[in-house]
Amino acid sequence: MSILADKNTKLIGQGITGREGLFHAQRILEYGTNLVAGVTPGKGGEWVLDGKVPIFDSVKLAREATGANASVIFVPSRFAADAIFEAADAGIELIVCIAEGIPVLDMMRVRNYLDQKGIRLVGPNCPGLLTPGEAKVGIIPGDIAIPGEVGVVSRSGTLTYEVLYALKEKGMGVSTCVGIGGDPINGTDFIDCLLLFEEDPTTRQIVLIGEIGGTDEEQAAQFIADNVTKPVVGFVAGQTAPPGKRMGHAGAIVEGGTGLAVDKIRALENAGVRVAKHPEEIPELFR
Amino acid sequence: MKLHEYQSKLIFAEYGVPIPKGKIAATAVEAKQIAKELGGRVVVKSQVLVGGRGKAGGIRLAKNAAEAEELATQILGMEIKGLPVRKVLVDEAADIEKEIYLGITNDRAARRPVMMASSEGGVDIEEVARRTPEKIIKAHIHPLLGLQGYQARDIAAGIDLPREHWRAFEGIAAGLWLAYRKSDANLAEINPLVITADGKLLAVDGKMVLDDNALFRHPDLADKRDLDIEDASEIEARKYGLSYIRLDGNIGCMVNGAGLAMTTMDVIKLFGGEPANFLDIGGGANAEKVAAAFRIILTDKNIKAVLINIFGGITRGDEVARGILAAMGEVKPKAPMVVRLVGTNAEEGRRLLADANMITAETLADAAQKAVSAAKGFSRSPKGKSKGANK
Repeated sequence: MSILADKNTKLIGQGITGREGLFHAQRILEYGTNLVAGVTPGKGGEWVLDGKVPIFDSVKLAREATGANASVIFVPSRFAADAIFEAADAGIELIVCIAEGIPVLDMMRVRNYLDQKGIRLVGPNCPGLLTPGEAKVGIIPGDIAIPGEVGVVSRSGTLTYEVLYALKEKGMGVSTCVGIGGDPINGTDFIDCLLLFEEDPTTRQIVLIGEIGGTDEEQAAQFIADNVTKPVVGFVAGQTAPPGKRMGHAGAIVEGGTGLAVDKIRALENAGVRVAKHPEEIPELFR
Repeated sequence: MKLHEYQSKLIFAEYGVPIPKGKIAATAVEAKQIAKELGGRVVVKSQVLVGGRGKAGGIRLAKNAAEAEELATQILGMEIKGLPVRKVLVDEAADIEKEIYLGITNDRAARRPVMMASSEGGVDIEEVARRTPEKIIKAHIHPLLGLQGYQARDIAAGIDLPREHWRAFEGIAAGLWLAYRKSDANLAEINPLVITADGKLLAVDGKMVLDDNALFRHPDLADKRDLDIEDASEIEARKYGLSYIRLDGNIGCMVNGAGLAMTTMDVIKLFGGEPANFLDIGGGANAEKVAAAFRIILTDKNIKAVLINIFGGITRGDEVARGILAAMGEVKPKAPMVVRLVGTNAEEGRRLLADANMITAETLADAAQKAVSAAKGFSRSPKGKSKGANK
């Protein structure tokens, strides 16, 4: 068991004929993920990855031909909102968007529309999902995690890899790792993932990796206090970040006195979460 | 990206928001000419991208053209909070009865833009929000539907705006929303929106912050960027697609990924050091980009040690190593360097760097500790070997 993606996921890739997209599609396929098709307007009828994956002109056509239920989007940020709307209107149930740099107002429209339709989006500006041993829906390197009982949810990319690697080094496996992304407006949030991990029988422990900006960690802390029975270990990046400066991620900024790491850490600790001082300390806090 | 007052007001005007008559001047003579054309009293306003211009003496009232020239001379020679004043806006002076605040920004938690207004205009709105939050009236704008007329009227009633101004206010609110949406702004603010003695509404000051991620569809707006407010290294970094922010410490950092870059800074601090910068080389960086990053870090004269922390995914360890070697040949850094490479092609990267006289580390904690002690050793005896330099 796992959350969001597993060996039954039928995945398509939007924008997998480009250089980056193809590179990652190859790894998704090698990992054993059920990648059934790709979508690139104007390239329908072609096959990629040694003839293993057919390309369609639209998500609708790809879905009709393959019965796909999930899509991973590799198109550049300026086309990403359109690609998400296309997947949503074609009836895809799980959309994972990797692109960084989608305009905020685009994401507000996307999020409102998807909420109305009840479709789940992971990202954007995220590394996607990894259910070790079953499915890789995104760009998280497959070899840094082993199957197991720890559910991981994170706003970051390479910091997540760091944590997965630290867990693996200590022999701890992962049920599913979800990178929810570093943008101010995203799809799936901490609370969605905490709820799914709480309900997932395989997941026995949870790692939550936050960063400065917004109040998502504070809201997650409240949710943990009220609803989560499984042990949670946390980490918050950006304790040394100066206010008013955007730390790479569009969402990582301390503004008007909110979004400070110290407040997030205090909220998590008050909710019973053990917060690590550095990422490599996380596995130790589960003992 | 921040816009100047005069740029913001011109955009507002395009969408039907009434603004005072006025023009921008780069010299005192131009300012005088504009004042003469306008006739009567004018306001000479410094155009710099910081708050507190008024307090700093950067906004002055002139009775006539000669006085406008004199004031423009003074203001154009000023620095406000470290920024040089290169232009002044000369506006017709308004006869002000009352000042109102009206603004739009993104409410992250609500996932919608929010329009805010207050009868307490002309002052710092964050101060009003702290002291008297009940004086701020808000309306969330549905991103698919836009601002509705009734929302604007509710706001007008909420701030006790006299009824005779409601129609004009509704038009201004609609215009401000359109300016916000069509420019992909993160902030659009009229502060103050004034009621004049002759009973009109007028936007006498304006401010806009645009979404950098949306500038690709607004090339005309992107051209308005004022490079004065940015650190030269930060501008250089953007050219290479790097995200760099200079800080006060002495340990330079080069990391892939924003979250990991912040974490690397935090771990340096945890072990008693001070990071000199935030630097994210992004995903899939090649040798050329790494070399540029390295040069930018070393332009900071405070650097006593450099910590390179790369977790390879899309980014390949060997590419990073090649970039470091190329840059080292060029800039010949004296500060000790600590390198930690993990993930994709890390082995090969480590091998390439084996002869480069660098301190290597296995874990992030180990790397940070080594960088901290290297920086301390370097500051004590700049010529000697650093104390933490063990391979």
